[in-house]
Amino acid sequence: MGKPMQVARYWRHFKEKYRLIGGKCKSCGHVHFPKRPVCPECGSQEIEEFQFSGKGKVLSWTIIRNPPSGYEYYKPYPIALVELEEGPVILAQLTDVDPEEIDFGMEVEMVTRKIREFGEDGIILYGYKFRPLLK
Amino acid sequence: MRKPVIIGVGLTPVGEHWKLGLRDLAVEALLNAMEDAGVDKVDSLYVGNMASGSFVEQENLGALIADWAGLGNIPAVKIEGACASGGAAVQEGVKAVMSGLEDVVAVVGVEKMTDAWPSDATRYLAYAADAEWELFHGVSFVALNALAMRLYMKEYGYTEEDLALFAVNAHANGAKNPYAMFKKVIKVETVMRSPYIADPLKLFDASPIADGAAAVIITTEEKAKEFVDKAKMIKVAGMGRAIDTISLANRKDLLLLKAAKIAAERAYKMAGIGVEDIDFFEVHDAFTVMAALSLESIGAAERGKGAMLAKEGQIAIDGDYPIQTLGGLKARGHPVGATGVYQTVEAVWQLRGEAPNQVPDAEVGLTQNIGGTGSNITVTILRRV
Repeated sequence: MGKPMQVARYWRHFKEKYRLIGGKCKSCGHVHFPKRPVCPECGSQEIEEFQFSGKGKVLSWTIIRNPPSGYEYYKPYPIALVELEEGPVILAQLTDVDPEEIDFGMEVEMVTRKIREFGEDGIILYGYKFRPLLK
Repeated sequence: MRKPVIIGVGLTPVGEHWKLGLRDLAVEALLNAMEDAGVDKVDSLYVGNMASGSFVEQENLGALIADWAGLGNIPAVKIEGACASGGAAVQEGVKAVMSGLEDVVAVVGVEKMTDAWPSDATRYLAYAADAEWELFHGVSFVALNALAMRLYMKEYGYTEEDLALFAVNAHANGAKNPYAMFKKVIKVETVMRSPYIADPLKLFDASPIADGAAAVIITTEEKAKEFVDKAKMIKVAGMGRAIDTISLANRKDLLLLKAAKIAAERAYKMAGIGVEDIDFFEVHDAFTVMAALSLESIGAAERGKGAMLAKEGQIAIDGDYPIQTLGGLKARGHPVGATGVYQTVEAVWQLRGEAPNQVPDAEVGLTQNIGGTGSNITVTILRRV
């Protein structure tokens, strides 16, 4: 990545990445993540913020063994498509899990974790990951 | 509207071209195509390329390649649609000819990928995904396809071995193509023994990182007579293009290449034919699962039955739905922004009856080029004049 210190590029997404706030269409009620300027369902531009519960289940997953540069530190690591309780699907890393235990329909919940860092003097990026639901 | 025909093709072998740079490859393919067409000047140039800025720190490819090919002060631009850049560039060239604005157009697709470190190349390819909501989480492009592969296997009851058949078929055909990167026949066990890069996707489910360039010359049916015999003219009968959500997660139906379906419908309508009239298909098998999904989305198979065509042997040269007749992305190689133009060149070979792995009496061929994880797709139908 060319300019790792473009802090603004990351803080503008804090709502989504720290708190899992997405969008809800005032016109048709469709909820989506991330929040969009135009409702993908009905085309309305009246979109309000929507707080997701952070709970969901695994739709599909993979174990990344050849990561893009910048993510080598974690390898191998699991990535999943998680279907949120409220409907939308979100892509994220799974954490605190044995890769052998991951399965279709596994219940998970959102946690905040380090996503990547840019060396000693660089910024550290945080965001959502999902772990097996604590009962 | 004027009728577009392809009258010349040129290409370089696909491979790791340590001694050649981006401009060398592009100029070689371009001049070969011009020689094949018997033209010494063109009205404009369209360059299909995905990520030259990242891979070799070079943008402005229109000026670079037209300049170095000695084409003069013509209009020339780069067309970008991720891995579908080549297919899109061909279609832009065709549109320019059809509109009447330009009479003889050159299209070159080029990508120089092996100058980058592998992990950087992996990153640049992931730029075709959604940077903020996919790449941010450390996803690779392979991983996005692996997520689809696992879902496809679960939904329709296929095994990794079933999908490996697409790679086996591609290699069988690529072995006969002198321009292919891998001219080696493989077995299902070869695929199964290869290491996982993103489970359940293995190295041999994926197309290779490669360098290469391919070019075509497009003009009108009327004008073509000045340059070549009828046998060398291949008509662009139909074309279509569509996008879908850039993020895989935002797709309503994760196993439908909706953009391919819409693009194919547009191409069939323009050509006035249906899938049953197509003699061979050059589909975008960047990953084995994508070959299956592609066959389904363009109407060659019902939902969930794409991989059945491979199991039944119907995708071979002598089958009802021959695909990847010159090796596809898997065996010919996948220099991303050039791939769509390679597909076009290969379809022209088939229709001229010049292919080293000839589909008997091929009259009509279809090329389908995917950008992103199904987010930007072109379909083009070519036929004999």
